[in-house]
This record gives sequence, C-alpha cells and structure tokens, in this order.
Amino acid sequence: MQTINLTHAKTGIGAIAMHNKMIKSEIGIIVEESDNLSLVKLCRYCSLSAESIITMVERGVIDPIDPSLSYTHWQFSGTSLIRVQTALRLQRDLDVNLAGAVLALELLDEIKQLRQQVAYFQR
Amino acid sequence: MGCARIRDPTDFSRIIVVGEALEPLLLDNGTSYKRDSMEYKDYYKIMGITKDASQNDIKRAYRKLARKYHPDVSKEKDAEERFKELGEAYEVLKDPEKRTAYDQLGANWKAGQQGFQPPPDWDAGFEFHGDSFTGGAGAAGFSDFFESLFGQARGGFQSHSAGAGSFQMRGQDSHAKVFIDLEDAYQGASRGLTLQSTVMGADGHPQLKPRTLNVKIPKGVKAGQNIRLKGQGSPGIGGGQAGDLYLEIEFNPHSIYKVDGADISLELPIAPWEAALGGKIKVPTPSGMIDLKIPPAISSGKKMRLKGRGIPAKQRGDFYVRLMIVLPQNLSEKEKALYQELQHANNQFNPRKNWDWGNSHA
Repeated sequence: MQTINLTHAKTGIGAIAMHNKMIKSEIGIIVEESDNLSLVKLCRYCSLSAESIITMVERGVIDPIDPSLSYTHWQFSGTSLIRVQTALRLQRDLDVNLAGAVLALELLDEIKQLRQQVAYFQR
Repeated sequence: MGCARIRDPTDFSRIIVVGEALEPLLLDNGTSYKRDSMEYKDYYKIMGITKDASQNDIKRAYRKLARKYHPDVSKEKDAEERFKELGEAYEVLKDPEKRTAYDQLGANWKAGQQGFQPPPDWDAGFEFHGDSFTGGAGAAGFSDFFESLFGQARGGFQSHSAGAGSFQMRGQDSHAKVFIDLEDAYQGASRGLTLQSTVMGADGHPQLKPRTLNVKIPKGVKAGQNIRLKGQGSPGIGGGQAGDLYLEIEFNPHSIYKVDGADISLELPIAPWEAALGGKIKVPTPSGMIDLKIPPAISSGKKMRLKGRGIPAKQRGDFYVRLMIVLPQNLSEKEKALYQELQHANNQFNPRKNWDWGNSHA
C-alpha cells in the first residue's frame, strides 16, 4: 500500500533526496507567455482532434489570434490552451455541454475580474 | 476519436504540494492523505444527505456539490480536497451494490474509534463488478479507506487496453494550484511537489506511485497564470507519451502590497513635514528597499510611479506608491502652537479654492 504521510513530507523528501543524491529539478514554463501554438500543437497538448478544436473555436471557447486565416494557419495564445482544458474539465465533471461550459467560462472570467477589483479597492 | 477525451476526474487532487523549505504549503485538513491511520469516511455526511436518501437525492446532491467545489469554479481553499472526497463518496453511494455494502459496514462502526479496520470478511456476499469502477472514468487517487473496501480502483483506460496489443494512449495531464509569495514572482521560486500517478504494477494492476519533483517557478509569473511541466503528468499507456503537469499560480495575500496584473502598489504613510519639505524615504518593494525621493509640497493621495519595478513579467510591471499623509494624534501644546503659527504664516491658502461655492462661502 502506498503511504504518503503529509506530516512527514519533510523526512519523506529527505529520504528520496538521499537516495537519488538530488531531486530532479524541472523548470516550468509560463503558458500564458510562451510562444503561440499552431492548431496541431494545441491538439497535441489537449489530446483533442482538430475537429474538436475547430468546434471550440466555432462555439467561442477560444479565438485564433488571426481568425481570418484558414485553420491550417491558425495560431493560438497560451491562454487558449488553458481555456480549452478548463472547458473540458467543466464538461466532464459537471455534466454540462459545450455551450454551458462556454457560459461558465465567460462568467468565471467576469467574476475573476470583479474579484481582482474588489481586492484592489479593499483597504 | 472525435470527441473530448475523458480524463480522470480526480487528477486535480493527486498532487500534494510542499513548500520550499519542505514544509507543507498547500495542505488543507489533509484527511484523505493521512494514510498512516486510516479513518472511517462518512460518505453521507460528505454529501450532506441522510442515510435514507434516494438514489435521485444522491445524484442531485452530487451535482449541486460538484458545482460548488469544482476547482475551476470554487474559490474555497480546500475545493480540490472537497471535490475529490465528493467524487469518492459518490462513487460508492451511486452504486446500489456498493452502497448496501457500505451501509452494512457503517452499522458496525463506532464513532470515535481510531484507526479504521474493516472486518475481515465484511464484503462476503457482495461481488463488485469491475465495470462500476470505470463509471467514474478511473477512480485512481481515492483514499485508503475506499481502497480497503472496494479494492484499488482501476484506471479508466486499462480495461480497453486488454487484448488490444498496440493500444497507445497519452497520459493524463495533471493540475494543481500552487501558492507563492509575491516576492517569489520577482526572484523565481522552487517548490517541492509530491505527485501520485497511476502506474502498472508487476501484477498487472494499476497502482498509485508517489514521486517527488522539484519545480522551478520562473520569475515574472503573475497570479492566475499557469506553469507547464512537460511530461510530468501521468505516464502514458502502451508506450504513449506522458501527460503534462500544469500548476496554476496564486499569490499569498500580502500585508502591504496590492497586485494588479504585473503592477504592484503600496500605500506609503508620510508625516506632514515630509509631505511639505520633501526628502528621501526608505520604501520597501518586493525586490528590496529603495530610497524614494519625494518632491516638496506633495499632497495626500498623490501617486508616484516607479517604472519597471513591478513584476518582471514579459511586459514588466510598474510599482506605484500612493502617499498618505498621517497626522500625529494628541497634539502637544507646542505642536498646537506651531500649527497655529503655520496657519497665520499663510492665511491665503485655500485648499478648496477649486470648488465654486468654496470661494463665495470662504
């Protein structure tokens, strides 16, 4: 049985560190500030078919940076990647359809903005 | 496969984040992670329903709570933990077979008992259909309590892989929220994470395997942004690529700084004579103390901008200092006299001169 004891996370990690001499260090990349993604790359990152991504664009989950281009030339920002993933989670976990997920995403954006404003103006 | 890939609903909660100093950082009550002493879990209580709830009541309660605690929707700090607990409770209660077995067990359970152990043959007479585990799209990551009763949940895809020799599937992406200090966004930070991923054991059954990862959070990250770690999600199936790990960054609230995207602001209390005479004041910024030169005769509420001293994001933020004149309370006789002297020294000064009525009623 796997045992993870949070209260002993310290010793647990220490032990691993001793075994491997050093814990592997992974450098994260800020998704929102990384290079734009092509349709193919976005599909790969989300494990989705191109048709599914195109549907997401049609339903307004995400917008290509230049929507006037044909879809083979579409480029997406990192924010699109996060939005697609959130839409997928909402659909899966809350049993809503894509339209419901889009509505939730838009409302969540608005709430986020309002919360930031409230936090900013609150002394 | 044209439709969205169904992913493990628990992939949100399989990540335990420990702090930089290897102290627990993002820990809630930790109930289902306390794996040394297994606790009895009251699934009815978790779902906020009574024991005589109908299957419909259970479904309704689940939907309602799932919306409330969904980590993408909820602002509650323990949302991930609650959502996971809820998923586990629903996994048992939605299935009449498992629910009956669980109810029987509950009758023998005495409150206050420490270290739960199911009776040796508690599930005699019940046969759980392997299928029912896949209903939740793979229940990996449930508590020990769950596993001791219903066995280790099968991964969602394993059943499909049987027989299909060349079946390949990319591993699932994992998600977690990580709280860092604002100062970390200036300097970059390191975080130790403990992740659990489902791997195939020697016996052909999926197992939860913990692993530790040290994550470098790049400097310049803003609240709400996501960090991607390639290949650090769940391992792939049948030689497929591993999924990715996404960390959503949040800042711990700060006592003096306010954050607006990449811009930071600070309210700086100053004495009336500092406002009048100007001078240098030591001001804290997340990247260290600076000497701020204040021009003379500056009014309360005025904002000063320190260009480029905000979060060092791709588009560097600015640092704003808002000056707030603070007066000493309980003036001494001497202070009072000096203020009166000031008053007489400039009786032409009218701070309300811009108001129309201020002039006529002055």
